Amino acid sequence: MKKAAIAALAVMAMCGTASADVIKVGVVGPFSGPFALQGKNFKAGIDAYIALHGNKIGDDTVEIVYRDIPTADPAQSKALGQELIVKEKVQYLAGFYFTPDAMAVTPILKQGNVPMVIMNAATSAIMKTSPLVVRTSFTTWQTSTPIAKVASDAGVKKIISVVSDYGPGVDAENAFKKAFEEAGGQIVEAIRMPLSTNDFSPIMQRIKDSGAEGVFAFLPSGPTTLGFVKAFNDNGLKAAGTKFYAPGDLTQESDLPALGDAALGIQTTFHYAVSHDSPENKAFVEAATKAIGNEAELSFPSVGAFDGMHVIYKMIEATGGEQDAQKAVDAVKGLAWTSPRGPVSIDPESRHITQNIYLREVAKGSDGKYVNKEVQTFEKQGDPGLAAAK
Amino acid sequence: MQTVFSIAVDALAYGMVLFVISIGLSVTMGLMRVVNLAHGGFAMIGGYIASYVARDLALGYGLALIAAVVFTILIAIPIERLLYRRIYGQPELTQVLMTIGITFCIIGIANFVMGPTLKTIPLAPSLQGSADLGFRTIPVHRLFAIACGLAVALGLWYAIEKTNFGIKLRASVDNAAMAAALGVRTEIVYAVSFAAAVGLAAFGGVVGSEFLPVEPYYALRYMVTFLVVVSVGGAGSIPGALAACLLLGAIDTTGRYLMPEFGEFFFYLAVIAIICVFPRGLAGRAK
Repeated sequence: MKKAAIAALAVMAMCGTASADVIKVGVVGPFSGPFALQGKNFKAGIDAYIALHGNKIGDDTVEIVYRDIPTADPAQSKALGQELIVKEKVQYLAGFYFTPDAMAVTPILKQGNVPMVIMNAATSAIMKTSPLVVRTSFTTWQTSTPIAKVASDAGVKKIISVVSDYGPGVDAENAFKKAFEEAGGQIVEAIRMPLSTNDFSPIMQRIKDSGAEGVFAFLPSGPTTLGFVKAFNDNGLKAAGTKFYAPGDLTQESDLPALGDAALGIQTTFHYAVSHDSPENKAFVEAATKAIGNEAELSFPSVGAFDGMHVIYKMIEATGGEQDAQKAVDAVKGLAWTSPRGPVSIDPESRHITQNIYLREVAKGSDGKYVNKEVQTFEKQGDPGLAAAK
Repeated sequence: MQTVFSIAVDALAYGMVLFVISIGLSVTMGLMRVVNLAHGGFAMIGGYIASYVARDLALGYGLALIAAVVFTILIAIPIERLLYRRIYGQPELTQVLMTIGITFCIIGIANFVMGPTLKTIPLAPSLQGSADLGFRTIPVHRLFAIACGLAVALGLWYAIEKTNFGIKLRASVDNAAMAAALGVRTEIVYAVSFAAAVGLAAFGGVVGSEFLPVEPYYALRYMVTFLVVVSVGGAGSIPGALAACLLLGAIDTTGRYLMPEFGEFFFYLAVIAIICVFPRGLAGRAK
C-alpha cells in the first residue's frame, strides 16, 4: 500500500515536471547589419503575438531565443541552428530571412527532431529539402504571378522585365514571364541587373529603347528600390505613360516615406499591406507598433513572424509540449485561420501558406501618410513555383 | 547616336557624384597618408544632418547643405584630436583597424538614433524636375551634381597648388619634422586638412544622396567604390581622381546599358587593367 502510494506520488511528480516545461523556440534572423530592419520586424511580430496570446500554453511556458545573422551566410546559419538545437535545446526553429540560411539548416532538422517555421525566406524549393518545414510568409512566384494578370487585363501587350540578378529576382522574372505569356502577352526583353547597382539611368534608357508599354521590376526592398523608382520618374518614363508593375517588395511600408510622391500610382501585388482593413489587422498593427516602437518601421516580415508564432503555438498544443517534430508538423497540415492579412491555410502537401494576394496601389492617405491601398483581391493563391519546378 | 549621347550624359553625372564623395578620401589618403575607412561614415553623417534639417525642420536644401558640412566638421574635430592624431604616421594596418572600428561605431549610433529606415533629403524646388537637353531629359539635380563636381575640383586644385596653405600642407606631408623646424605648425595644418576632407565627405554625401540613399549601412556599403576611385586615380591627386571618376563612370554606365547581366565585371576589369599599367594610379606620385 505504502509502495503504491509512493509510486503514485512519483508518477504524479513526473507528470508535474513534464507538463510545466519551458519550451524554447530558436529564432534566426538579421537583427543587426544592413537588414536589421527586417529582423526588427520579426521580433515585432513575435512580441505582438505573445502580447495578444500570452506566453503560456497549458502549463508550458514559451521562451524565445534569438540568434543574429546579419547577412545571408549559410555556414553561420548552420552553426547557429546546431547551437540552438544542441546547446539551447530548442524544440522549434523559426525565422530565416534569406533562402540560403534556411536551406543550410533544413538537413539537420530530422536528426534534431525539430520542426522549422520559415517566417520569410521566399524561394519555392526550400519546402522540398525537408518534410519538417512549414512556411508562413510567401514565395516570389506567389506574389509575382497575379501581377501578370493585372497587366494583361489593363490591355498591355509588350512588357520588359527588369530584375535584380539573384535567386528571388530570377524567380520573379520566370513567374511573371510564365503567367504573362499564358495570358497572351509578350516579354520583349528580360534584363538582370547586378544587386549592387546604384545608378539606374542606363537601365531606364534600355527600357525606353525596348519600346515596351510597361515594365515589370523586382528588386529587394531597401535602398536600391528608392534609386530605381526615382530614376524611373526622373528619366521621363512615368511622364511618357510607361506602366510600372512589381511585386510588393518594391513598395514595402517602411520604404514608402522615402519614396514619397515618386511612388504614387505604382501597382504591386503582395500578400500583406499594413493598411489592410480588418479587425484582426487592427489588433495586430496596434500590438506590433507597440513592440517595434515606430509605426513607420512596420512592414511585411512582421506578419510572417506573427503567423509563424500562431503555427508554433498550434504545434505545441497538438504535441502537449513533447518534442515530436513529425507529429507537430502533421498537426498543422491543413490548419486554417484568419491572419491579419486575411484568411490563410497551410497547404497539406507543400506545407506552404495558401493566402489571398492583393493588388495594391500606392496612395496618399487622408493623414498625409503613404499607404499601399488594396484595390483587388486574388483569393486563395497557392505557390505556383513548386508546380513550375516539376 | 542619341543613345550614345544619352549614355555619355549619364556617365558624366555618375562620375561627378563619385568624384565629389571620393575626393575627400583622396586628400586624407594621399596628402595626410591616413587610410580613413570611416570616410563613408562621415559622408553618411552629413546626409543624416541634411535630411534632418531639410525634412524635419523644413529649412530648405541650401541651408541643409551648409549645416551638413558645418556640423559634420564639428563632430569630426574631437574625433580628430582624440583618435586620428594618434595614427598619423602609423603603419597602415593600425590605421585600417582603428578607422573601421570608428565606422562600425558610426553605423551603430546612426541605427540607434535615426532608425534603420531610408532617409531622404528633399530637394529645393529649383532642383526638382527634369531639364530638356534636346535629345533627352535629364533630372536637374544631375546637372547640379556635375556643377558641384567641377567647382570642387577647381577649388581644391587651386587651394593645394596655388595657395600658401597648400604649400605648407605639401611641405608637412613630405617632411613633417623639417616643415615644423621651418615654423609651419603641422598640427594645425593637419587638423584643417582633416576638417576639409570631412567637410567634402559630408558635401558629397548630401549631393550624392539621390544616387546613394542615406541609411545606416551607407558607411560600409559604398566604401569599396570610394577606395577604388582613390587607388585608380592616384591618392592625393585632384586631376587623377577626376580622370578616374569619369573613366570608371563611363565604363560602368556603358557596361550596365549594353550588358547588365555581366554586373560589375567591366568596372573591375578596368580597375585591374589600370592598376596593372599604373600601379600608383593614373596620377600617383612615387613615394
